[in-house]
Amino acid sequence: MKILREILSPLIAVLAAFIVGGIIVLLIKDNPFQTFSLLISNSFGSLKDIGYTLFYATPLIFTGLAVAVAFRCGLFNIGAEGQLYVASFATAWVGIKFGGTVVDLFGKKEDWSWVSLPAIILVPLCILTAMVVGGLWGAIPGILRAKFGSSEVINTIMLNFVGIALVSYFTQYHYKIPGDPILQTAPIGESAYIPQLNQFLPFIPKDVPLNFSFLIALLMCILVYIFLWKTKWGYELRAVGENPNAAEYGGISPKKQIIIAMTISGALAGLVAVNEVLGFRHNYYDGFSAELGFLGIAVALLGRNHPLGVFITAIFFAILMRGEIFVDAFTKYVSKDIATILQAITILFVACLQKYSKK
Amino acid sequence: MSELLTLSLIFSAIRLATPLIFTALGGLFSERSGVINIALEGLMLVGAFTAAVATFELSNPYLGFLCGLFAGAVTAFVYAVAVIEFEANQVVAGTAINFLMLGLPQLISGAVYDSSGSTPQIDKAYLIPDYFNSISLASILAFLLIPIVWYVVYKTPFGLRLRAVGENPSAADAAGINVNRLRYTAVILSGVLAAAGGAYLSIGQSSLFTRGMSAGRGFIALAALILAKWKPVPVLFACLFFGLMEALTIQIQGAIKLPSGEDIPVQFIQIIPYVLTIIVLAGFIGKSLAPKALGIPYKKEK
Repeated sequence: MKILREILSPLIAVLAAFIVGGIIVLLIKDNPFQTFSLLISNSFGSLKDIGYTLFYATPLIFTGLAVAVAFRCGLFNIGAEGQLYVASFATAWVGIKFGGTVVDLFGKKEDWSWVSLPAIILVPLCILTAMVVGGLWGAIPGILRAKFGSSEVINTIMLNFVGIALVSYFTQYHYKIPGDPILQTAPIGESAYIPQLNQFLPFIPKDVPLNFSFLIALLMCILVYIFLWKTKWGYELRAVGENPNAAEYGGISPKKQIIIAMTISGALAGLVAVNEVLGFRHNYYDGFSAELGFLGIAVALLGRNHPLGVFITAIFFAILMRGEIFVDAFTKYVSKDIATILQAITILFVACLQKYSKK
Repeated sequence: MSELLTLSLIFSAIRLATPLIFTALGGLFSERSGVINIALEGLMLVGAFTAAVATFELSNPYLGFLCGLFAGAVTAFVYAVAVIEFEANQVVAGTAINFLMLGLPQLISGAVYDSSGSTPQIDKAYLIPDYFNSISLASILAFLLIPIVWYVVYKTPFGLRLRAVGENPSAADAAGINVNRLRYTAVILSGVLAAAGGAYLSIGQSSLFTRGMSAGRGFIALAALILAKWKPVPVLFACLFFGLMEALTIQIQGAIKLPSGEDIPVQFIQIIPYVLTIIVLAGFIGKSLAPKALGIPYKKEK
């Protein structure tokens, strides 16, 4: 019964969002059934479809978990967007500096790296960088909240802008190959690449970018679950989220837990870099995220701030992201924006239903 | 640096501050009543989109502007129902509104104009007019709003109630004020004002609506409001300061070089408003006093 109650409000919210979305589609004189079937059905048909859906879900799992951990401590991490950008740039930087990147400057070769480390050292180093840098960027609003009591909501929003501007500066002025019209860094060394899943699982089509980071995402779901519900640290973190005064009375320092929660949250958001930089694009591409951090808020909320819920919701959102391309191409009037609209309405309904699902 | 501080820079700063002034004043009403307004960004977007469409269809910027305000009021009403009636978390509901307005305008313009990138270009003759060479009518309106809002907040019964509800809702309730009704009014007002800021972007500064054209200005307005400690007159200065920063980044780009011959990285000027807000919030520059009941839904004691 408890599980039923947990999933009831997200289900109602999704259903209600599709009803409202359907009405909107009707209002612009198009067919909601055709739209929604295009939106959903293209994620299951073939191994390629499934592979793409899991690929889209990977970063959402990371940002969803990030927001969920902060939520469990009673904090709002609106800053996953900034954290994942800063982490992604830093990861690309390590991949360039330690990956033996040689850049072709108008026919002249130039070595931009310090050393060329083998994959067995470089890959873990890059993953560590993603977590540490994301964690540090997340820790700043945590420390500000703990030390000065200033709102982590506002600070994470501000740090998003600061982080994005800073990495855009470093990309533009220091790590872009001169002459490249796109704002992106030089490629990371090949020894920093993480394997595509089709190298182990040959039934996954070659052109599907699903990579090793999906397995890291699964592992993180399990680790976050164990951390939050099976360890003393997780218990203390949740105690602060439930009732900071009671926790303090019980000998738990809310300040310490706030900093820990925001650091872990940032580190999880930073892992998006593993999928994006090490697994997919193999450089840092300015503006790649397109709201992944903000979608994480929706994923966490709809997933009831539980790793399993986060996983399921990430898959659901990934289905919409995969399907929107087909909606754009095959409906008369509906554009891919219908996916964003459905996500937005779902968040609004979940937020409204929370009052009823608490007790 | 002296060649930078020209009259054109000041005009440019005023132009860029205008949408911020409208939006920050909107946020002021909402937050002074105790409702956090992260949705300012989305409210700007709906105002910008509706004003652009209405102005294009009706060939009249004044009617277009009013339509924008109306759309802002409707959207803010939805937000108010969510956070007041259903006690939805204000940050989450605000994020949802922002998201919605990244999608909905695109969907509509895609269906109506067959272009989800933007709405059709409006003829220059039908945009909000400029006076005295380059001062927009909207800028004049924004500046006039500052004393008006100051008067409303500090000198009228409505303003007194607004502040009371934001500071101590139970006491206000005991004094016979309908807390939630007042919050509805305040949130809807914030929608109207934020939409005015957005409308100026699409039918004043520019001549069409493009996806996400507010580009974070709703959040900058929020930052200005915090920097101004939720007070109308300081809001003007905070917005002018942010407008000046933005004007500088535009003016500097490519035009002025460092002694070494390199470009001055505009990113370092762009981050000043945000860093300043963080510093002020942390209490390094005076005490930042938010309305006490900010973010807390009001439940009547039974």
